[in-house]
Amino acid sequence: MEQLIKTGNNLPDVFSSDSEDFVNELVTLNLGPTHPATHGVFQNILQMDGERIVSGVSTIGYIHRAFEKIAEHRPFYQITPLTDRMNYCSSPINNMGWHMTVEKLLGVTVPKRAQYIRVIVMELARIADHLICNSILGVDSGAFSGFLYVFQEREKIYEIFEEICGSRLTTNMGRVGGMERDLNDIAIAKLKKFLIEFPAVFKEFEALFNRNRIFMDRVIDVGPISKEMAMDYGFTGPNLRAAGIDYDVRVMNPYSSYEDFQFDIPIGENGDTYDRFMVRNEEVWQSLSIIQQALDKLPEGPYHADAPHYYLPEKDDVYTKMEALIYHFKIIMGEIDAPKGEVYHAVEGGNGELGFYLVSDGGRAPARLHFRRPCFIYYQAYTEMAKGMMLSDAILVLSSLNVIAGELDA
Amino acid sequence: MPFSNEEILGFVQHTIGEDNIIEASEPHGLLTIEVKPEHLIVLVGRLKNHPDFQFTFMTDLCGMHIPEQIGRELGVVYMFHSWASNTLIRLKTFAPIEAPLIPSMTAHFNSANWMERETYDFYGIIFQNHPNLVRILNVDDMDYFPMRKEYPLEDQVRKDKVDEFFGR
Amino acid sequence: MIDTNLPAPPGIEGQGFFATALDNVVGMARKNSLWPLPFATSCCGIEFMATMGSHYDLARFGSERPSFSPRQADLLMVMGTIAKKMGPVLRKTYEQMAEPRWVLSVGACACSGGIFDTYSVLQGIDRIIPVDVYVPGCPPRPEQIIEGLLKIQELAQNESTRRRDSEEYKALLESYSIQ
Repeated sequence: MEQLIKTGNNLPDVFSSDSEDFVNELVTLNLGPTHPATHGVFQNILQMDGERIVSGVSTIGYIHRAFEKIAEHRPFYQITPLTDRMNYCSSPINNMGWHMTVEKLLGVTVPKRAQYIRVIVMELARIADHLICNSILGVDSGAFSGFLYVFQEREKIYEIFEEICGSRLTTNMGRVGGMERDLNDIAIAKLKKFLIEFPAVFKEFEALFNRNRIFMDRVIDVGPISKEMAMDYGFTGPNLRAAGIDYDVRVMNPYSSYEDFQFDIPIGENGDTYDRFMVRNEEVWQSLSIIQQALDKLPEGPYHADAPHYYLPEKDDVYTKMEALIYHFKIIMGEIDAPKGEVYHAVEGGNGELGFYLVSDGGRAPARLHFRRPCFIYYQAYTEMAKGMMLSDAILVLSSLNVIAGELDA
Repeated sequence: MPFSNEEILGFVQHTIGEDNIIEASEPHGLLTIEVKPEHLIVLVGRLKNHPDFQFTFMTDLCGMHIPEQIGRELGVVYMFHSWASNTLIRLKTFAPIEAPLIPSMTAHFNSANWMERETYDFYGIIFQNHPNLVRILNVDDMDYFPMRKEYPLEDQVRKDKVDEFFGR
Repeated sequence: MIDTNLPAPPGIEGQGFFATALDNVVGMARKNSLWPLPFATSCCGIEFMATMGSHYDLARFGSERPSFSPRQADLLMVMGTIAKKMGPVLRKTYEQMAEPRWVLSVGACACSGGIFDTYSVLQGIDRIIPVDVYVPGCPPRPEQIIEGLLKIQELAQNESTRRRDSEEYKALLESYSIQ
């Protein structure tokens, strides 16, 4: 590990070279923005006593793309590609969350079939996100094969997304008022095949890690967090559930027909890295069960709401009927005003409660849009958690928190 | 069971006095109360420690800039969630743009630390008693507060994108 | 279809020997042993991880060892948005690489700023470092990333061994103020 003495503008005085820590032989280590262990660009400047971390300072913002400012200049349907790029490992969840926020503001009700399709894609995205987090935790602790097995399965999820919306990773899926197209036969066939084949592969992945002596020694009792500290630091999602609190937005404030499905919320005991790993694994199984239920009970009906002011009409109608042409023009050119108001809607993202606070003053673009990003809020606790730990354990804790840089900086 | 908005509004009126509530409304069913900055910390403390309400989780903290409200341009919006009863409320507070001083919520919630730094970075709101109020997302030597409405989105020194092609 | 069989360079063959020009052999060796430095910042980084996986294996092109140390890497693959705060870090990483080095800019954000035309995003990494191959896309499919790598391989194979000392190359580095 390279040792760089780094001084910056907003570091506390204890890091400067004329403090007494030089006498006490504390080393300043820059776990810099580019580092194989940090997935995404964020920096931790750690003060270390040998191999143990004494304290640390986190600096972020290395991928700040000013989403909130961009959103004030874009109409609602153009903000969806922005939401893709926040938590890019599970972009359909962000997209659907945004659409639900706008539908809440506009007062549009989405038909059941569209809601069930949304549930299917959101749970697939959640599986994809948890698969990345757990396999990369394996890679960070030295076990590379799990990563290869899991990424082969993620290719299958990408194929399903591609069939539904055309894109693999940054999906821009769905529209305000429903979905842009129905699930076609190929997509349903691929989904069914996935549901049959994936459990066996995931069992193999679990067999590599869950009762593996080396892995367990490395992650049990590493980075525990208590319930009070987790609530105080704003934890949500799998990290909070590993600490023992069963808060899940899908259960507390159900959206998009989640109340129709039967699933459990896995919780851990002491919030250490092993608990976080196991909670995510168990959530993958629960998501599979939800997808199976949704596919079995998929109702017939329209896949989008009857909201001609906000949902683009069919192209055939645009070319033949006058009203459809006018609506198409008005929606694209932004002549339709949104109602004034402010609304907050939260969905259960891959990392926790992903919230959208939308304030509209009647214009085409929001007056203020704020994303409540779970990674940004719980990452504050990292330097607190890493105190007193060995460096290699701190790397595993960082990995298990599933910090995604796009969501951190937005 | 969520508490009703009238109950919570009644408690807030009782705690800080009915005249000190600048505005109270229920957009889409969520109780939204605007208070003055000086009453904020006491009110949040009472809501957090209340034996029934138990607003022990701060969901969100963000800034706002409304240039039309003269004397109250820069503000902060808080959202609190009580998990025990599944109640959500929203608190707002505004301050004039010449002296945007608002007390820091780190007194009650540690998660406010970075959220207030982000709000300072974007809007220039000074949070009193914040442990480390410096920029977090933008470059450290930036000398303006970019999310304020008077600043443009695009980088003004770029040469390759011609504004007139983009309709600007 | 990508043909991964390696043809021998033109030369004279005989029992126990093969004679060809030194440049051909050096080109062949360089082309099939590019060690990438994956500078993955955002979404394109996840597509790179998919490219490294077993479905679109990147290792069969010689990039078996992605190095995270710039001193041991040949190819700097910049994947994802580079913000202005990250610019100096990228520049320092590039300066630490030893010649011969190539730069592959993957994704719309690295090529030109992408959809983020904002005050905080660098509008293309070619503002601060010289780039050899641009791969457009948001994010580009793994096949596109592999094609970008193949173009770098062509460059590596056909490059003269004296190119890095030439006046033209020195002038290019001067224009970026890289010593």
